[in-house]
Amino acid sequence: MSQSKIGAVLIVGAGIAGIQSALDLAESGYLVHLVEESSAIGGTMPMLDKTFPTNDCSMCILSPKLVECGRHLNIRIYTNSQVVKTEGEAGNFKVTIKQKARYIDTEKCTGCGSCASVCPVKVDDEFNQGIGKRKAVFKQYSQAFPNAFAIDDKNCLFQKHGTIKGKDVCKKCVEACQAGAIDHAMQDKEIDVEVGSMILNPGFKVFDASRLVYYGYGKIKSVVTSLEFERLLSASGPFDGHLVRPFDQKEPQKIAWIQCVGSRNAKINNNYCSGVCCMYAIKEAVIAKEHSHIPVDTTIFYMDMRTHGKDFEKYYDSAKNQHGVKFIRSRIYEVNEAEDGSGDSVIRYSTEDGQILSEQYDLVVLSVGLEAGDSSKELSKILDLKVNKFGFAELEPLTGVNTSKEGIFAAGVFSGPRDIPETVMQASAAASAVASLLSEERGTLVSEKQYPPELDVAGDVIRTGVFICHCGVNIGSIVDVPAVVEYAKTLPTVVMATEKIYACSQDAQASMKALIEEYKLNRVVVSSCSPRTHEPLFQETLKEAGLNAHLFDMANIRDQCSWVHMNEPEKATEKAKDLTRLAVVRASMQQPVKPVFMAMNHAALVIGGGIAGMTSALSLADQGYEVHLVEKDTTLGGVARRFSKGFRGEDMKAFVAELVESVNKHPNIKLHVGTQIKEVGGFLGSFTTTLDNGEQIAHGVALIMIGGQEYQPKEYLYGQDARVMTQLELDEALVSNDSRVDKAQNYVFVQCVGSRCEENPYCSRTCCTKSVKLALKVKTQNPAAKVFILYRDMRTYGYFEEDYELARRSGIIFVRFSENEKPVVTKEGETLVVTVKDHVLGCPIEIEADVICLAAAIVAPADGAKLSQWFKVPLNKEGFFLEAHMKLRPVDFSTDGVFMAGLAHSPKNTEEVIAQAKAAAGRAGVALSKEMVESAGLNAFVDKRKCTACGTCEAVCSAKAVSVDMVNRVAVVNDALCKGCGACASSCRCGAINLRGCTNQQIAAMLNTF
Amino acid sequence: MIMGETKPYEPKIAAFLCNWCSYAGADLAGVGRFQYPATIRTIRVPCSGRINPLYILKAMANGADGVLVSGCHPGDCHYMSGNYVARRKFALIDSLLKHVGLEEGRVNFSWVSAAEGVRFAEVVKGVTERVAALGPNTGVFKVDGGGTDE
Repeated sequence: MSQSKIGAVLIVGAGIAGIQSALDLAESGYLVHLVEESSAIGGTMPMLDKTFPTNDCSMCILSPKLVECGRHLNIRIYTNSQVVKTEGEAGNFKVTIKQKARYIDTEKCTGCGSCASVCPVKVDDEFNQGIGKRKAVFKQYSQAFPNAFAIDDKNCLFQKHGTIKGKDVCKKCVEACQAGAIDHAMQDKEIDVEVGSMILNPGFKVFDASRLVYYGYGKIKSVVTSLEFERLLSASGPFDGHLVRPFDQKEPQKIAWIQCVGSRNAKINNNYCSGVCCMYAIKEAVIAKEHSHIPVDTTIFYMDMRTHGKDFEKYYDSAKNQHGVKFIRSRIYEVNEAEDGSGDSVIRYSTEDGQILSEQYDLVVLSVGLEAGDSSKELSKILDLKVNKFGFAELEPLTGVNTSKEGIFAAGVFSGPRDIPETVMQASAAASAVASLLSEERGTLVSEKQYPPELDVAGDVIRTGVFICHCGVNIGSIVDVPAVVEYAKTLPTVVMATEKIYACSQDAQASMKALIEEYKLNRVVVSSCSPRTHEPLFQETLKEAGLNAHLFDMANIRDQCSWVHMNEPEKATEKAKDLTRLAVVRASMQQPVKPVFMAMNHAALVIGGGIAGMTSALSLADQGYEVHLVEKDTTLGGVARRFSKGFRGEDMKAFVAELVESVNKHPNIKLHVGTQIKEVGGFLGSFTTTLDNGEQIAHGVALIMIGGQEYQPKEYLYGQDARVMTQLELDEALVSNDSRVDKAQNYVFVQCVGSRCEENPYCSRTCCTKSVKLALKVKTQNPAAKVFILYRDMRTYGYFEEDYELARRSGIIFVRFSENEKPVVTKEGETLVVTVKDHVLGCPIEIEADVICLAAAIVAPADGAKLSQWFKVPLNKEGFFLEAHMKLRPVDFSTDGVFMAGLAHSPKNTEEVIAQAKAAAGRAGVALSKEMVESAGLNAFVDKRKCTACGTCEAVCSAKAVSVDMVNRVAVVNDALCKGCGACASSCRCGAINLRGCTNQQIAAMLNTF
Repeated sequence: MIMGETKPYEPKIAAFLCNWCSYAGADLAGVGRFQYPATIRTIRVPCSGRINPLYILKAMANGADGVLVSGCHPGDCHYMSGNYVARRKFALIDSLLKHVGLEEGRVNFSWVSAAEGVRFAEVVKGVTERVAALGPNTGVFKVDGGGTDE
């Protein structure tokens, strides 16, 4: 019996992966049930201080997503909850969620913290990694959603002991709570939901460093884990971002990081690389230096520096060369406490050349690896999923996101260590997979937010309401908030002004709505934090109160006032008054702005017919959209046609053939092979692309998946001797039993050919693993062969570490060389000789080679520049496409409606290409699911009476949104194209063109109050 | 520097910051708690290209002691080329200001990216020092009601 599918999804785990999948799916028409084990959404990201390689503040980039997810009408969030039972099959699952009692009503709780201030129980604060204490009633972090406290019943006195001799042991929190939110009688409950699919992203746990006694963790106070160090650096951490040792508050001047703690360790069965620790250690070292007001000496002890991600190598270089972070390739024997009573730690280690040294440090940071969490393992058991020997979920080969059960997908570290961008990619990919599975049910269970009709305020007397936020103590402890309120009351148009502890809290929003009605406000000003993060939230409240969202302005009195003038409270207060006044002036002159709606063409254009392009095309086609796939070659498949095996032994020829067949057969895919793009015009919702053959394609979104190229080596006699070949060539030679390999006995692999050098200052990511795989293949085919791999750092990240170990066990010899002493290939008669300086012996060794395999770099696609111009999307210095945000928008461009994946973005392996291609399809699907394209409407507008049709505006407009109508001799703005930068308005010689929301008149009026 | 017991002179500086880079850089300075003098009054604009040179004159005419204009680094503009438009305008206004005899250092242009919190704090410190050294705005420009506010 075939049952109809259900247009709802269960997402387990509300870290960045869960939040991303939830938003993608809820935005494209599916109801989301988001289950989170802890009391708040956010996962690990809120604990991190900064994120590599951009050094963005982790909390700041996450918090808009938290707010969006928390407020989304079609995302139901279950905190303190776990999945306990599931039944059914893909398309139709029944899931039982067990929600533990929180003892606090999240609807009533205002997050004020009165309960915590009276709670007598102090326990270690898990969020701060046990540095510092929290109460038994607590909120994980200040920006947490739900913005509500929770009672930890294992530690709450009343929950533990109840009533003794007719008296409550403790109910101080209940007395303190003004909102009546606390209910100690609350019970656990079970909730049944029906969903069509599931996405699992329960995250990870960090390795427990006390398991390795030689590092001294838990015994020596000056040894901390990397996550503890993040909390020490964090402005919201236990020491407010003041970098001190937790136990004596001494400012460390000499800090060491020890890499691979709990990773790459076969003795404890963790023989995998956690992939993220090298980068986070470098980041922590750089930030520690930037953060501290005294010079800090930083050293990283490592085995191989694995900076294989996009722009990571540059980050490593700058840490070494600009910031002066020291890197010591070494093995650690042990860490001991210094005998001088300083509390310092002494690291005993051996260097590469065998010297044994000791060095004393103020603080030692252990770069702990990632492990499968206990609840992740439990979840795999409940769902009967295949897991690998490390306890991580095992994904189906070459799917990027599929677990062993149909209809259940995974993202993030659940299936193995990965960093944030990879996690976000997988999350969007999983969402895409769900959307493909449930496409017929799209839009069946979602509801649309209804706003009250917008009040017409035109011509009304301006009535401005001002809200000044304390932001807990963030603003209030520096700026005299009551004084700013009193000042605001004296400003023209202001009819009321008040203060809020947290203006962004749910209760403050409710009160703001009530005050708008009570005082008949038609302009609102909030003086709090940054409009960049919080403007949408307040604008939402305005809409709910029936006001146009643009009758509003914000003054940033936190990030740009209290936080940066901490020692000058009076001046900060004066500045807060001035900034509030400027905002009042601007808001009072603000007019309602109507959003602009434009048609959405629901077809997609995919450029590139390799694995990435075909995968994206299929995903979108399965989601129900029409897809045009353009490939300049006459056949599909791209560079993958030259692969024999995937990194997990998959038969690539069969895989590619199958993919090509699916693409050929799919009724929603129109192929355009053997042709190129000639011209592109348009924007999200209505692009028109012209092909070489004259054909015109109308489409709403575009996906750029044009792949990369193999670097053509100029070095090591490549091209001069046929026995010197690239990895792709050796792979082909081994398959075809080429005469060059038939009788070969000595193989030399040379790594980093055209990578990590001046010409291409990045790591090509895949070549270390590829060489190891090829070397193992040689050994299998010819066990007597002598195989050497000459490398700089072995970057066999993740599970590829096992291959590296197997290679060493199989007798493959690894010789390290340094950047300045690259191997030399010479020809003596007919013999190829490779000379390399051995790092252990310290002298050159000569190897006679029958085959030399060069790990040639992956370089950017040749057509990148053309597409970059056509679609107005940027390239990085090396010619790869540059995403909108390196962490959280890894497949989007800042140009709406254009997406990317695959090697055109950066070097990566096939599995990763597939995940990213699905992610791009997922993000494109979100855009395509909208009936209309909506833009805020903060555009340029023309006063026809003043315009002289001089054309200056047209000349400066980079969006090509302004053009001069030569018949009527007046400039015309295309609202669909206008991005609202205002360059035209500032360039107009007669003041005819202006910008909504930022008019000349507004700015002049603001300046007049100076 | 004013001697004696009077408080050191604190200039008031109008700061025009583009939303995508410099305003974000200023936010980042806050997140990192990089302290700088409380001398600037920020006006957020979408892009440095939005800044009409007349705003600079207007700010000076209204008694600001100095002006800071900051946008994305060349090449980084969120709108592709707005900061190039800005750069051309600033070069012109700079030479005009020199021509009419405004002291060098009152009007300052700088590029600050969204990742440069420390730099933002340094820029404000530098501008404050320069303007403070010049003393209060002596009024080369007067409020005349003309210009951009019609």
